[in-house]
Amino acid sequence: MSTAAVAPPPDSRVNYLNANYGFRSWLLTTDHKRIALLYLMSITVMFFIGGAAATLMRLHLITPEGTLVQPATYNKLFTVHGIVMVFFFMIPSIPAVLGNFLVPMMIGAKDLAFPKLNLLSWYIYIVGAGFTLYAILAGGVDTGWTFYTPYSSTYANTQVIAAALGVFITGFSSILTGLNFVVTIHKMRAPGLTWFRMPLFLWAMYATSVIMVLGTPVVAITIVLVALERLLHVGIFDPKLGGDPILFQHLFWFYSHPAVYIMVLPGMGVVSEVIAAFSRKRIFGYSMVAFSSLAIAVISFLVWGHHMFVTGQSIYAGLIFSVLSFLVAIPSAIKVFNWTATLYKGSISYQAPMLYALGFIGLFTMGGLTGLFLASLATDVHLNGTYFIVAHFHYIMVGGTVMAYMAGIHFWWPKITGRLYPDGWARFAALLIFVGFNLTFFPQFMLGYLGMPRRYATYPAEFQVLNVMSSAGASILGIAYLIPLVYLIWSMRYGKIAGPNPWNATGLEWKTASPPITENFEETPVVTEEAYDYEHMPPMPSSAELAGEGDAHV
Amino acid sequence: MSEHIVPVRSYVLVFLALLGLTALTVGVAFVDLGSMNTVIALVIAATKMLLVMLIFMHVKYSSRLTKLAILAAFFWLALLLTFTLSDYFTRRWTPSPSDWGPSISQPAPLKK
Amino acid sequence: MSEATSRHPSNLQHHFADMEQQNDSGIFGMWVFLITEIMFFGAIFAAYAIYRSMYLPAFEFGSRLLDVKLGTVNTAVLIGSSLTMVLAVHAAQTGKRKALVFFLLLTMALGAVFLGIKSYEYYTKWEHFLVPGLRFSPTEALPSGVTVPNLEMFFCFYFFMTALHALHMIIGFGIMTVLVIMSWRGRFSPEYYAPIEVSGLYWHFVDIIWIFLFPLLYLIGGRYT
Repeated sequence: MSTAAVAPPPDSRVNYLNANYGFRSWLLTTDHKRIALLYLMSITVMFFIGGAAATLMRLHLITPEGTLVQPATYNKLFTVHGIVMVFFFMIPSIPAVLGNFLVPMMIGAKDLAFPKLNLLSWYIYIVGAGFTLYAILAGGVDTGWTFYTPYSSTYANTQVIAAALGVFITGFSSILTGLNFVVTIHKMRAPGLTWFRMPLFLWAMYATSVIMVLGTPVVAITIVLVALERLLHVGIFDPKLGGDPILFQHLFWFYSHPAVYIMVLPGMGVVSEVIAAFSRKRIFGYSMVAFSSLAIAVISFLVWGHHMFVTGQSIYAGLIFSVLSFLVAIPSAIKVFNWTATLYKGSISYQAPMLYALGFIGLFTMGGLTGLFLASLATDVHLNGTYFIVAHFHYIMVGGTVMAYMAGIHFWWPKITGRLYPDGWARFAALLIFVGFNLTFFPQFMLGYLGMPRRYATYPAEFQVLNVMSSAGASILGIAYLIPLVYLIWSMRYGKIAGPNPWNATGLEWKTASPPITENFEETPVVTEEAYDYEHMPPMPSSAELAGEGDAHV
Repeated sequence: MSEHIVPVRSYVLVFLALLGLTALTVGVAFVDLGSMNTVIALVIAATKMLLVMLIFMHVKYSSRLTKLAILAAFFWLALLLTFTLSDYFTRRWTPSPSDWGPSISQPAPLKK
Repeated sequence: MSEATSRHPSNLQHHFADMEQQNDSGIFGMWVFLITEIMFFGAIFAAYAIYRSMYLPAFEFGSRLLDVKLGTVNTAVLIGSSLTMVLAVHAAQTGKRKALVFFLLLTMALGAVFLGIKSYEYYTKWEHFLVPGLRFSPTEALPSGVTVPNLEMFFCFYFFMTALHALHMIIGFGIMTVLVIMSWRGRFSPEYYAPIEVSGLYWHFVDIIWIFLFPLLYLIGGRYT
């Protein structure tokens, strides 16, 4: 391999990981790559906390009466699962880990525009997570992750204020990340890197950041109002005192619906990169895919009322929100069709990142199409508040975002650590996750259609078969998520040396050493070609070749 | 820095205009114009905002990008306001079934 | 801006190519931050609009309980502080160190006057039992026999909006203090004054919020009756 000859093995040279050592050099770092790793560790911890809550829930639901916990505890479990997974795992997942690591590298910059702000955002995240963990340990919260009023503001006897503060605080972490990305992508691009030469991951990160910047402040102030209402017993959302609880839902979903796209747009960016690299083709309809990211960012702010069809919302507003919700399908479909068109006549290789990316396309499509059932006013009346909703958004969030996150972690792991992971184990885990996921959540579509309501600790006996299937799938999924944790950590020490560009991929991040030096590039790169110029790249090495190449270095 | 330097005279003129508009909006508030009172107050406030933004905040001399970003912010604010208010202003269009009774009542009128 | 770069290399952070990129990024970053602030206050304005339309009599009555003279004086004071802030930026652009420090201090002084008057207004509301949640019993402020349902809602918004605005001013105070010290030490020059410019944007934004709060809270309550 020609690339292997260019770069000496990483241990013989200084990189961002070994430039300096000790806690101070990590906790006070302003290097975007180290901050990405701080986020990686934090959100992994949160992922397994949220996952533990989900596992307990599924174990509880093996029998109709519930096997494990009291109903009140069950309410706290699904609340913890929701709050932790949404605010502390999904929203920061791809932006704060992969985005932090890759945005400056992909645009050929030394760092984000505001490195200190970037570090601050991690500390804010940690403080927010601290409040939320305190709320869990001090007795838990039982409002659901949505904090609906007036239950949350007046009636709940749990740690609502601490949990709400945690969400409020971590919101600023996400605002600062978004602000940093918007300014960086506008102002810091390398010479020659025009907007339409940018990798699609950057378009996706840009669209995500726009949503973060415009949406998050609204939910922040709304959460403050809930906390104040609890604290001072004033009635902004309390109907007894003249308030309107539906206003809370408006303001909450103004952010929280676009937040779905904060979670899934970065995943779409990752999939665009992986699909291009593993089918050795430029993404079909590049500019349509780029614009569809921006279109999703805009339309996502026009549809929030579809969460409120069965509240007291005006039916006329409901009609408009329903029509607009269908519009989101257009840019989403553009992406799906263009990815599949990219695969057509591509020379496809099925390594772990590609398996996850293909999984993403299938599962996201199912999640998206079932969303149309819920955007229709009449079917939503039947499906609202059932397991159909639970299955729908888990297909988007877990089948979509988590799959894409895993694809991205596996794709860029050699860049982040300089090491390759064991490919066989990685493919095995990817397949196991796919199987476990579908076994967990497909029965939930059926349960919801049959009328099983969500958020209940017990259920009628006729639902048991499907529930047992779902719980069995959850067990598989739980174990399948532990496998990458093990082999990725193992690979950091024992993995084969990766070399600067193990996948022969395009993009500036692959043109520098693995792991990169602190300043990312020896000298500022100049971009002269469009993204995904795979026609002029050597082919994707096979798994055997990758393993052999690693041996050559050792 | 290659910033455009605005003469002090313009700043003082804007300041005087802002004071004048403040006096105007307070004066108009004491004249009964029905619902126009609210409209006029908001129009004057928007004018004052434009003066501050264009001259004091140098938007007049800023890049297209900055102007676009500000327009985007106001566009999104308009989305928030119109879509939320569209619910509240159309809620009563749907007649409630007669047997529901006046469960959603208008707030009691102010007694004088 | 290569000249500026060579004269003030210490002001150029390592990850920027030149001073122009650094200044542009700083100013654009502040604008993006102000966009988040627009949405932050925007949510409250939306809630205010909805409850005002629901409880118009209460909101108009509550508005007339506020002191329009103090509100007007405060508006003028805050507009004045915006003028002194922009003069501070002008002094920085033209390299007048003493004028820069003077105008920054004057901006802080006017801000302090605003907060002083605001505190006095809060105090009178406390005296008249008009603080929702803590001390609300409006019988004293109303003529005998008159009840105003949902008056508390108006004062919720009055206090929340003005307190959030005041909090932003207090944060502005902290920023100004740092700027005064830096200016006194001669850290700024016609080539490098982005922190002054950026803080100015923030201060003017806080002024704009008040420009809307003033008519919404004090003026459009049927003052003519």
